[in-house]
Amino acid sequence: MRSSSSLPPGPWAVAIRALARDRASLVSVGVLALMVLASLMAPLYARYVSRTDPFLSNVAGQVQIDGRAVDIMQPNDNPLHLGLSPIGPTGRGAYLLGADSQGRDVAARLLYGGRNSLLIASAAALLCVVMAGVVGIVAGFFGGVVDAVLSRIMDIMWAVPVYLFAISLSIVMVSQGLTIGPFTITSDNLLIPIVIIAIVYVPYAARPIRGRVMALRNSEFVLAARGLGVPSARILLRDILPNVTGTIVVLAPLLTALALLTESALSFLSIGVQAPAASWGTIIQDGEGLIYTRPLVAVAPGLAIVIVVLALNVLGDGLRDALDVRETSRRGH
Amino acid sequence: MRRRAAIFFAAMVPVCAAQAAPGGTLRLTAHAIGSTLDPHIAYLQLQLQVSATVYDGLMTYPKAAGPVTGGAIPDLADVRPVPQDGGLTYVFHLRDGVRFSNGKAVDVEDVAASFRRMFKVHGPTAGSYFGVLVGADACLKDAEHCALAGGVVADPAQHTVTFHLTRPDPDFLNQLGFAQAAIVPADTPAHDMGNEAPFGTGPYRYVRYSPNGGMTLERNPYFREWSHEAQPAAYPDRIEYRFGLDEEAEVSAVENGQYDWMGDGVPLDRLGEVGRRYTDRVTISDFPNIYYLALNVNEAPFNDVRVRQALNYAVNRHAMVIHEGGEALAQPACQMLPIGLAGFEPSCAYTVGAAPDHPAHAWKAPDLDRARALVRASGTAGQTVVIVAPAGATYLAIATELRSTLESLGYVASVRGINQAVQFTYIQNSANHVQAGLTGWIADYPAPAAFVQTLFSCASFHPRSDNSINMSGFCDPAIDALMDRAGTVSMTDMPAGLALWAQADRAIMEKAPAVPLTQIRRIDFVGPRVHNVVVSPVYQLLLSQLQVR
Repeated sequence: MRSSSSLPPGPWAVAIRALARDRASLVSVGVLALMVLASLMAPLYARYVSRTDPFLSNVAGQVQIDGRAVDIMQPNDNPLHLGLSPIGPTGRGAYLLGADSQGRDVAARLLYGGRNSLLIASAAALLCVVMAGVVGIVAGFFGGVVDAVLSRIMDIMWAVPVYLFAISLSIVMVSQGLTIGPFTITSDNLLIPIVIIAIVYVPYAARPIRGRVMALRNSEFVLAARGLGVPSARILLRDILPNVTGTIVVLAPLLTALALLTESALSFLSIGVQAPAASWGTIIQDGEGLIYTRPLVAVAPGLAIVIVVLALNVLGDGLRDALDVRETSRRGH
Repeated sequence: MRRRAAIFFAAMVPVCAAQAAPGGTLRLTAHAIGSTLDPHIAYLQLQLQVSATVYDGLMTYPKAAGPVTGGAIPDLADVRPVPQDGGLTYVFHLRDGVRFSNGKAVDVEDVAASFRRMFKVHGPTAGSYFGVLVGADACLKDAEHCALAGGVVADPAQHTVTFHLTRPDPDFLNQLGFAQAAIVPADTPAHDMGNEAPFGTGPYRYVRYSPNGGMTLERNPYFREWSHEAQPAAYPDRIEYRFGLDEEAEVSAVENGQYDWMGDGVPLDRLGEVGRRYTDRVTISDFPNIYYLALNVNEAPFNDVRVRQALNYAVNRHAMVIHEGGEALAQPACQMLPIGLAGFEPSCAYTVGAAPDHPAHAWKAPDLDRARALVRASGTAGQTVVIVAPAGATYLAIATELRSTLESLGYVASVRGINQAVQFTYIQNSANHVQAGLTGWIADYPAPAAFVQTLFSCASFHPRSDNSINMSGFCDPAIDALMDRAGTVSMTDMPAGLALWAQADRAIMEKAPAVPLTQIRRIDFVGPRVHNVVVSPVYQLLLSQLQVR
């Protein structure tokens, strides 16, 4: 028997070490941590830095710049005095990125929007991998009729374009809310976009999990366990599940990125996060009418989405590379 | 939602006078006109504007810039009739020589048949405007067999049509000037003609219409100008109206000269650009309108007058003006009679330092302290309030502002945006239990009754109906009696009648069934090819008067 200090490192440790050697992945983790941290600080930013309520209209308000009270809505420079535009970036704490058409601080809303966008995206991805994991493992392990039924359901869901599917579900749920038994979820509850986004991506995640389980089902160690009379439940928990965890972990950041994009699209279409709450998608929608005069209102949340999605994709690639080692190691046992 | 028809002030910014230059094709664009061509049914602003160049009624409003001071003027009638029998009888003598666009001469039977047809096709104003005619009750009950027996009597020999009323109606002649009182041939089918248009007497006739594509009008070959004020001869030979572009694209297309005029308003984010670069192509005009939040007096928390008054005190009308594009395009509204309309007397009960018993001359600032005190007294803080607004950008921005105001008063407020085509009827139906509905009102004809009586009389409230224009569900018999008296007195003593209308306006605001927000100005933006922009306060931009270079 070897001492524990001389044991080869476990598969997770190997994966983490591999990830730690991947600079791109480390930068991605750093960027994501920064975005999450900044979003969590939204209430503090609104209270102590911008000193505004980012959920209340303030078009008739003023902001102090260099000791002067400046109107948040500025008259347009034209001889007919037509229209007003929200104040642009001030470079100061208050209205750092300017105001939107409701006179609200864009920077503060961006941080609050990030909280909702990131929460919805991560929760939806988590819920999706749980549902997809159950479907994929059950279908792949039991095969036969169970697999045929589940696979056809997934095929049908897959046949509908994902955004069309999400929009259809959203219109119904956002207009009527969601009632499940004694529980009612109101239309402005964040659970609605979370559930919708999780559902529409289940086929995308369930497929690779099912394929992996089907391969494992015929592997030597599973066949050996069956031969020894190990119950199916135990095989699922002790042999199958640990070996598909890698696949699920790799899928998670990619699904989070997809969920973030979908949430933004739904919110942009007013069928995701409901006002007065903000998300990056709703802020882009707010900025749509200002694209000629204050493009930053739409560009800033757009950039935030691009950065987070890019980081998640790079992290997903890094995880895939790192966890391949673990799976090889597992099969070697 | 905005209905269209009456008005009063004039064009303010450049109205180019030029040598008459008939000819050319006028190219117009709008997102959609969304309406039947049937003049007895069409009720949307853009369609009414076109309809004014195709149809005439017995009466009309001057098709010219400038305030409407004397009410409706004769159109197919040759003189404005004098009421007889104490206001129960009106005799119209028809002009000679007027022909429909199919060549047929207009006769008295066409007039009588047109009024019967308004009831047969269930015209939206048949009951409200002409329900006062003898025989109208039977027509409202059995439209298919409407005869208006004894109500409209044609006399071919005298070339006259006589209207008999069941009671005096001070606005009868004004209502005859509304576009839906158009005269069409007697043999016009008694059903909604949809995309087919009945023949008219105006300077144009429809030659093609596709609700999703566009419409084309060409000169009516039988039109001869009989009154420049009532129906002036047209300049362009042809009008091509194309649908489908959104407002942003419309602005760009008009800027580039691809179209000569856009039917939709210039979006807020393009106002600066348009005002800076195309000053000489912009016309701003006043018209009697009011944008307001209708408070349902039968639903909590607005069934408490203190809450309604509190919201009136709390609303920042300066912010509302900003949402409408600034002071060049809107002004704060404090009462339901618009500025400039006969009967308007400045009175602002809900501003800092004012109250219903000592109103200010104009709105100054919100009074949040008094508003909060009223809410505290009502004990309604913490209740939920949903504002139902049309799903347009400006409406939603205003609704969001109102939501913030309600939140600052202690309510849990939210905004529900509904497609503009649906919202206007949705908030009218009491079965929908709408607490607060955001809307706008442009009266069909320029008279105080078209605002305060239409919007707040007991007769205008029809529970559980989509056609209940009294969206607040407000009914006060004393105020109703005051408005009836104002109408009756106006027939014989106009100044005294107008003073009573102003009193009714103040009485309504004391009960606060609505929160007046703004009165807006209209902006018309034309392309480089056209000039002679004439904006009528009733018909808005007169398409027939644009001249194509």
